[in-house]
Amino acid sequence: MQSVDSAAEQAEFDRKIAEEQKIEPTDWMPDDYRKNLIRQMSQHAHSEVIGMQPEGNWITRAPTLRRKAVLLAKVQDEAGHGLYLYSATETLGISRSELIDALQTGKAKYASIFNYPTLSWADVGAIGWLVDGAAIVNQISLQRTSYGPYSRAMIRICKEESFHQRQGYEIMYALAKGTPEQKQMAQDAMNRFWWPSLMMFGPHDSESAHSGRSMKWKIKRQSNDDLRQKFIDQTVPQIEVLGLEMPDPEIKWNEERGHYDSGEINWEEFYQVINGSGPCNHQRIKHHKAAHDNGEWVREAVRAYRAKQNQKAAESAA
Amino acid sequence: MNQQQQNLFRFLVALGDDSVVLSHRLSEWCSNGPYLEEDIALGNVALDYIGRARMFYQYACEVEGKGRTEDDIAYFRNEREYTNLLIHELPINDFAFTMVRQFFVDVFYCEYLKQLMNSSDETIAAIAAKAVKESRYHLKRSEPWIRQLAEGTDESLRRIKDALLELENFVGELFLMSDWEQSLVEQGIAVDRAKLQKDWDAYVQKFLGESNVHFPDSQLQIRGGREGIHTEHLGHMLSEMQYIQRTMPGLQW
Repeated sequence: MQSVDSAAEQAEFDRKIAEEQKIEPTDWMPDDYRKNLIRQMSQHAHSEVIGMQPEGNWITRAPTLRRKAVLLAKVQDEAGHGLYLYSATETLGISRSELIDALQTGKAKYASIFNYPTLSWADVGAIGWLVDGAAIVNQISLQRTSYGPYSRAMIRICKEESFHQRQGYEIMYALAKGTPEQKQMAQDAMNRFWWPSLMMFGPHDSESAHSGRSMKWKIKRQSNDDLRQKFIDQTVPQIEVLGLEMPDPEIKWNEERGHYDSGEINWEEFYQVINGSGPCNHQRIKHHKAAHDNGEWVREAVRAYRAKQNQKAAESAA
Repeated sequence: MNQQQQNLFRFLVALGDDSVVLSHRLSEWCSNGPYLEEDIALGNVALDYIGRARMFYQYACEVEGKGRTEDDIAYFRNEREYTNLLIHELPINDFAFTMVRQFFVDVFYCEYLKQLMNSSDETIAAIAAKAVKESRYHLKRSEPWIRQLAEGTDESLRRIKDALLELENFVGELFLMSDWEQSLVEQGIAVDRAKLQKDWDAYVQKFLGESNVHFPDSQLQIRGGREGIHTEHLGHMLSEMQYIQRTMPGLQW
């Protein structure tokens, strides 16, 4: 049985959610709300950090100095988002090292799209355009999420992501308007990243494990399928501008619905990649662990240095 | 181009090469740093250097007047045509090595660029004025790292000492002048790097000395960068960096 206090706290929490007020770190919140947020926010943070790998894969091979500078700045932004989101997640009472541990042991997930390889320069364009484009659709919706720090993080991150998307589209545009060889490179990249981008919105609403409760708590504001449709509707005209062939032959405007129809996602592949058997799952985590392990002596040195400084300060104060 | 313009062109390309090569090395830390914060910080430094490279190359192209672009300079020269000082091209090795190298070049650039701001060439002076602010900021970051690693654990100190030992051989070249550069000094365009050596030694020795780490007076050991004689590492860097432009030349990206 709930005590009178906790019943009152629950009522206050429910009232805030109903009235579209933000929940702040010091407010009482149900345990499951907290857990659900930690899961979603840390997954988001990990995605930013793991996403540095496939894009970073092309920094040293970018075709011009300008492209190299822009890509480097972009990937640096993603690292910044990761940092920002880790900090926002820490307001829920979990440490960054616990979050990193959950990532490395496979307890926490990250966006499955980063388990696909970046095989050509055009893939950098496709990621910026499609992957960041899909992320923005999702994140715009999350600007209204009920948890204050997450909502504010999304507002800030969305601004940078829209730059990233334009950066990606600009790369695709240059390729699509270039030589036949370049255009083919753009087509190939789009074909490979199209379906995984649609998968980024998660399973159909009817299959989504966490959706119901997340919607009730207003952590999530729009359903997976609605967001996916929004992304398709905004992206198809962009494909037309590029003059590329549609990545899905079933894409067709549906006058009655006022939306584009499209083919069915290969859900078998979706679950296969989520469950760890995508082309780069092992590589990504192995890379993250290796970088983390290689940095251990540095972090240890920093701790030792601080301890010595504290000791000196204590001695001189005594 | 007359002789003076040729010297100026050579000078600008050399400074651009120093920056582009170090920027490339720093960018290799992306997703590999000991902290996420360091990935961001090293990326920032890399961005500053790529910005410098572009400014120097763009001006070099203007001086040359043949319609070449910054990318022609960066992507269509071989290792024998690159003229960076060797210290910039050495592989990133471990974090201690990267930070000691950074500390060395930060100390160097803070003074070098400060003097280059007085160049009689206004464009060079303006680039130096922008870049010196960046280098001062870089130094504010590299110094505490050297301090923490030198006074951290036995392992971090050992790594710092290994890095110092390896880099010792490449420091002297920072202060080695050639005739063509000297003639630019006489015209008030360039800076006499040889004259910076004593102060550089004193600064570095004092800073390291405060952490009880000894570093000897710099001496000219390994040399050749400005003449296009490099370490084995540069060729690999360029083959990676230039791969797209070399396989599909002459296109817009």
